[in-house]
Amino acid sequence: MKKMKLVLVGNGMAGIRTIEELLKLAPDMYDITVFGAEPHGNYNRILLSPVLAGEMTLPEIMLNDLDWYRDNGITLHAGKTVTAIDRIRRKVVAQGDDGEVIEADYDRLLLATGSTPFIPPIPGKDLQGVLGYRDIADTEAMIEAAGRYRHAVVIGAGLLGLEAANGLMLRGMDVTVVHIGEWIMERQLDRAAADMLQASLEARGMKFLLAKQTEALLARDTGDDGGDGGRRVSAVRFKDGMEIQADLVVVAAGIRPNFALAESAGLYCGSGRVRGIHVSDTLQTVTDPRIYAVGECVAHRGVAYGLVAPLFEQGKVCANHLANFGIGRYEGSVTSTKLKVTGIDVFSAGDFSGGGDTEEIVLHDRQGGVYKRLVIRDNRIVGSVLYGDTADGTWYFQLMKDGQDIHEIRDHLMFGQNHLGDTGHKGENRAASMPDTAEVCGCNGVCKGTIVKAIKEQGLFSLDEVKKHTKAASSCGSCTGLVEQILASTVGGAYQAVSAHDKAVCGCTDLSHGEVRKAIRDNRLLTIPDAMAFMGWKTPNGCATCRPALNYYLISTWPHEAQDDPQSRFINERAHANIQKDGTYSVVPRMLGGLTTPDELRRIADVADKYAVPTVKVTGGQRIDLLGVKREDLPLVWKDLGMASGHAYGKSIRTVKTCVGAEHCRFGTQRSMAMGVDLERMLFGMWSPHKVKLAVSGCPRNCAESGIKDVGVIGVDSGWELYVGGNGGIKTEVAQFLCKVATREEVMEYSAAFLQLYRDEGYYLERTVHYLHRVGLEYVKKRVVDDADNRKALYERLLFSVQDYKDPWAQRAEDSSAGVLRRQFETLEA
Amino acid sequence: MEMTMDNNRAVAAATEGAPGEGSVGEVLDGWKAVCPLEAIPVLGARVVASRHGDIAIFRTVDDEVFAIHDKCPHKGGPLSQGIVHGREVTCPLHGWKLQLDSGEAVAPDVGCSRPFAVRLVDGVVELKV
Repeated sequence: MKKMKLVLVGNGMAGIRTIEELLKLAPDMYDITVFGAEPHGNYNRILLSPVLAGEMTLPEIMLNDLDWYRDNGITLHAGKTVTAIDRIRRKVVAQGDDGEVIEADYDRLLLATGSTPFIPPIPGKDLQGVLGYRDIADTEAMIEAAGRYRHAVVIGAGLLGLEAANGLMLRGMDVTVVHIGEWIMERQLDRAAADMLQASLEARGMKFLLAKQTEALLARDTGDDGGDGGRRVSAVRFKDGMEIQADLVVVAAGIRPNFALAESAGLYCGSGRVRGIHVSDTLQTVTDPRIYAVGECVAHRGVAYGLVAPLFEQGKVCANHLANFGIGRYEGSVTSTKLKVTGIDVFSAGDFSGGGDTEEIVLHDRQGGVYKRLVIRDNRIVGSVLYGDTADGTWYFQLMKDGQDIHEIRDHLMFGQNHLGDTGHKGENRAASMPDTAEVCGCNGVCKGTIVKAIKEQGLFSLDEVKKHTKAASSCGSCTGLVEQILASTVGGAYQAVSAHDKAVCGCTDLSHGEVRKAIRDNRLLTIPDAMAFMGWKTPNGCATCRPALNYYLISTWPHEAQDDPQSRFINERAHANIQKDGTYSVVPRMLGGLTTPDELRRIADVADKYAVPTVKVTGGQRIDLLGVKREDLPLVWKDLGMASGHAYGKSIRTVKTCVGAEHCRFGTQRSMAMGVDLERMLFGMWSPHKVKLAVSGCPRNCAESGIKDVGVIGVDSGWELYVGGNGGIKTEVAQFLCKVATREEVMEYSAAFLQLYRDEGYYLERTVHYLHRVGLEYVKKRVVDDADNRKALYERLLFSVQDYKDPWAQRAEDSSAGVLRRQFETLEA
Repeated sequence: MEMTMDNNRAVAAATEGAPGEGSVGEVLDGWKAVCPLEAIPVLGARVVASRHGDIAIFRTVDDEVFAIHDKCPHKGGPLSQGIVHGREVTCPLHGWKLQLDSGEAVAPDVGCSRPFAVRLVDGVVELKV
């Protein structure tokens, strides 16, 4: 089949990102031609400020060098400006600096023409030494001027203006920032934060003239034109008559979408306030569906974005449609801002103007240089401004994007995300203050410097990319927050935290866990192939991330009907034992409530001798672990043990830990051992989104550690208290009080109902604590405690799910030699 | 895969009338019958002990078979116990992905597990060792 022709106009970040996404989805669908007005490959425009400041070099910020275009079979016309689009003959016409004219036909056209600096119509704007700040050429001109001249004036104290001013100052110039507004960065900061920022920049030597309107740029009167061959700027005059010296004027008064080409081709570009190439939610121009547009040149639902993060979201959706998948929709972005000036931390997001029906939480430590302001409406964060300590910016931003109800955490919201329980990085939770040599990921031994280097050199923008390239945060995940902070501070505004709610399950699909669960429930999907076909999976049979998730969703949604697929389970659940580093396994027999007998202990001892088990250990969950059992020996070990599987390997019920309780203990108020045995027996065979651990203590001394379990039961004289969502692992989380009940039967019913709710709604690999954070304790109480009918229904559903569950060890031990259940443990010969 | 007419006939003769795991045996040119295809689960693997150490034989959803050394280049994990998807396997220990045909790790990871020649003749999996 003849390939279709795709032409991209604009060789910048938005356009090339779209092409990269497209190549991932449909590498062979198009012959691709790219036109770029600049004579380079694609580079990371947001890192021009560090280049100007002398902190990075141009080669370091290249994202796609010329080899990349060649390797992907893309024709690149760099340094060629497209001058016309002929929509009838479907071709574009471009002209090079040398006057050469090139034409290219298209079946699909992608416009990513970006934006241009807005230069107000003031007299003198065309003088030598007056620049916008947009591209490599501007940056080089500024660096060059800094080497020859002394006085720089930056007009506009927005994000870009301050970064330019900072860079010029670091290059030795005397810099004055002129701003028309009452305070700097008024679109991103409130007055208090802006004043602190200004004071800190002033301390570094930057000068400010606020509430000043520029009247004219004046030329030099002397014959010395600085070798520029024309008249060069020498001063700036303001409306109030004041004049200041200026050898270089950088105009950073905002940007305008670059839509002249599109408009001349008859594409609707709006009128009045919102100008830009108007596109639909599929990023197609509203005028011509063959033509797509992404990036800063676009107006979508009345918004033109000037930050990088939304462009990436647009690129993803656009690529999806170019690849004929047709399932993505771009519905607009919520953006955040971060200033890239080394040593100064500023963050803002959302609507922080306040007033009206909003509330505010403010922390202001003028001497300490910290300012935090959160704007809240209806218990949800709608805006935030942070100065000095921005470590929690990404967290607030996430809460805002997710629209999460914050009333439960309101009292400690201001103090940031509580990382105090995190293990593995010395309690460190402020990435900015860590030296490059500090270990961030304690599992894989990755230092901060390694992560920063990978982000810069490989051009990484997302957490997933950093995980893949550096392995940081890819094991236990406890350092995810730190890695996100490093990413945010390295790439600035280009970083966009992915909302956990709508994050795709994996690269095989764009659907989130919630959407996949819903599709399986609503459409009665019963097998993995059916589910993948129905939801349009992008890979033939998924991957090691999505298959186990799908398998769990199927069997938990349709118990006894959906097919359990062993090949889609992680090895531990396939082998019914825990794989160890050397490929041997560990065997943990079931001991209900942590109780055993002399007879069982004798059999365990005999098995350990007979199979030369190297290590026998008591586990944290009150069980006995036989470590180092060979794969071939597993069925024999199980047969000789004659005990049921302890499921120490599964995303399933693990253990119910108990204290001695009223059976023996002189303080005991309730019979905790019996209660634990009953609970564990009820839950035998329960698969869940993640592992589930319970504990029962017989009195408030809580010797079974019920406070850090998924379900913790504590006996008191008048009954039982139930706690949920505790966790003693990566991050210590104290369980929350759910309710108090009187009888043993109620303990069973309430515990089962809570776990069934979690089984029905939890995302795969989401522990109960994270599920609770997502849905809120109030919601769980409503469904489990307040609604008796629903509680009974959940309870029944759990009992139905585990009904007739066969012990997997007994099944495999009894399977005839070379039977289907047994064969995986046997080795063939060659 | 290199295969001559003679070889083909020899294989057919060796397996004729006696399919199943019990009938495996040595044939010409170093090809050895290992097991019937059905002995490997779809999207699964089996381990074969050989003079080169353990070899993992994989079966894809399209009944293609591949063989690579049962040792992940990362930390030696048994690849045969991983999850098979497309023409790749994910190592059970730390999640490295390896290509079944070449044994090469999928980028950005770098490394290789030795591939072995394997073929399917009349429903029997044969390995060249």
